[in-house]
Amino acid sequence: MIDFTFTEEQEMFRKAAREFAENQVAPRVAEMEATGKVSEAVVRALAEAEMMALTIPEPFGGLGLGYTARMIALEEIGRISVATAMMLQVFALGIEPILKFGSEAQKQKYLPGLASGKRLATTAVTEATGGSDPTGIRTSYRKDGDDYIINGRKCFITNSHIADTLTILAKDENDPKAFSAFILEKGMPGFKATHEENKVGMRGCNTGELAFEDVRVSKEQLLFTEGKGLRVTMAAIGDVGRGGMVGCALGVQAACLEASVKFARERILYGKPISQLPTIQSKLAEMKIDLEAGRLLAYRACAIQDKGQPSSNEFAVAKYFTTEAAQKAAKMAVDIHGGYGCMQEYAVSRYLRDAFVLGPSAGTSDIMKVIIARWVLS
Amino acid sequence: MTLQIIVCVKAVPDPAQADRIKIDPATSTLTRAQVPLTFNPLDRNALEAALQIREKSGARITVLSMGPSGAESIVRECLSLGADHVILLSDRAFAGADAYATAFTLARGIEKIGKYDLILCGMASSDGATEWVGPQIASFLGIPAATQVEELAQVDSRTFRVRSGMENGYRLMEIKLPALLTATRKLNRPRALSFSGIVKARKKQIVQWGLRDLGLAEDQVGQAASPTVVSAMTTRTARRQVEFIEGSIEEKAEILVQRLAQAGLI
Repeated sequence: MIDFTFTEEQEMFRKAAREFAENQVAPRVAEMEATGKVSEAVVRALAEAEMMALTIPEPFGGLGLGYTARMIALEEIGRISVATAMMLQVFALGIEPILKFGSEAQKQKYLPGLASGKRLATTAVTEATGGSDPTGIRTSYRKDGDDYIINGRKCFITNSHIADTLTILAKDENDPKAFSAFILEKGMPGFKATHEENKVGMRGCNTGELAFEDVRVSKEQLLFTEGKGLRVTMAAIGDVGRGGMVGCALGVQAACLEASVKFARERILYGKPISQLPTIQSKLAEMKIDLEAGRLLAYRACAIQDKGQPSSNEFAVAKYFTTEAAQKAAKMAVDIHGGYGCMQEYAVSRYLRDAFVLGPSAGTSDIMKVIIARWVLS
Repeated sequence: MTLQIIVCVKAVPDPAQADRIKIDPATSTLTRAQVPLTFNPLDRNALEAALQIREKSGARITVLSMGPSGAESIVRECLSLGADHVILLSDRAFAGADAYATAFTLARGIEKIGKYDLILCGMASSDGATEWVGPQIASFLGIPAATQVEELAQVDSRTFRVRSGMENGYRLMEIKLPALLTATRKLNRPRALSFSGIVKARKKQIVQWGLRDLGLAEDQVGQAASPTVVSAMTTRTARRQVEFIEGSIEEKAEILVQRLAQAGLI
């Protein structure tokens, strides 16, 4: 029989994450919204709460709690600040390639610092010429003795300006079909974070461009086998990246429903709370149905991931469903709030802006359908 | 000698969902079944005080709670926050206890634990809010108590200096151990539940004691031993009135002050 209940320990993880989000993140949301900048206090709090350590095994300084615990944390943090959840999810996306494909020496060198939050991570694949189709990237490398020389640019990279440890994908200058992944470190000569984006939503989560100008790295920085870089980055993006977006989307869905229920109970129209109007009830019911269905898809995919089995297709389904549902929920939440929904004092206007950033991150809904269709036709 | 601290905690209906607590008109009791249980907020201050004492000078912390078996997840939180042991007093016979019967049962639990130096309680529970349980435990045990503690400092191994809040001031006292203190919100800022704390608590066990373990008879506990009788309970209805004050700013201010004074608010 399938057990759909969370364990007592998982319920406690949820409570811990909720307390963290409400006490440590919520007070800084207004500042993040106003400046659009990463809150150093939030990053520090995430580190103190060991949020970067969730998926890292204990021997490397992590908690080894796996992906269901990570989903719980992302959902609860996303309920308060999807910008913070996005930042956190991409830390894990940066950690995953080292975790899954790193040599023992690379794990020893990087994972303890990443688990403690002393070092922050990201993965950089997307470029103007390729994101969902990574074979279109133009960032290149060439061998020079035992070293590699990297040149190119990346765009739309989450945590671009705050990451200390980055996994990047580059193409062999002499073989356009060979891709390799490298671990780069902030401060390497020739490597810099350039333009910082000013997004409409997820303000407080850094997105920007990276430039590589004759960046020389030793062979110790090569991640996994030369020429197998697509496997490294795609494995991380397929499971951890999409899974992370699902956690963010569930947070937005939950926040929209919660705000809508509260407002509908308080707002009086025709002498009674609007929660008694069938049209409002219909919207609330739709939001609840989508949230419940989204959670089932999300946590089922996590259960598969925690077993160590491939889960990228299941996460493609969950990513499509929950990010679409989050956008729908945000629109309905704003509608329920009427004129108030257009005011920045009400969080639902933020949810609407945030929800639309969920779509393209880690692959648009159209790309998810391509992946899902490939799955059913395979 | 390691200081032995006992922290008394209570599982209460979540205050954040207090609007879901209803009064049963037939029995004049609160119906709380629909409301999830949570850790009584001031008990968390009491536990935090114990944890801080342990960090400074070493201590062994035992958490004691009386409640239904459903309270197990709440007391497990104490283990996740760092308590060394948790004992849950749970028995059908304990149901319906008022503050007096609760304090009596907890005092028996403390006597069964045996060795103790310091007992910490929250000043009040968020549901009953009598503030009686702490002092009554001290009374049953025959030890001194300081209530409404806002500040706490260890003077030597057997003495604590406490600052106790009062309506228009405070009292500074030194109290010899063994003693009981009740914690206020001002005492500290309780630490957050952490994922690693939850993991560390995996191996810790919750001990459950029932009526027989405490060597008590049914008529000594629960509703049967509760002298308090709730004769009636009603819901208070809040009404709002709006009055727009006209005039210049000075006139408006003067009228506003008069209105507030008439209402007894200033």
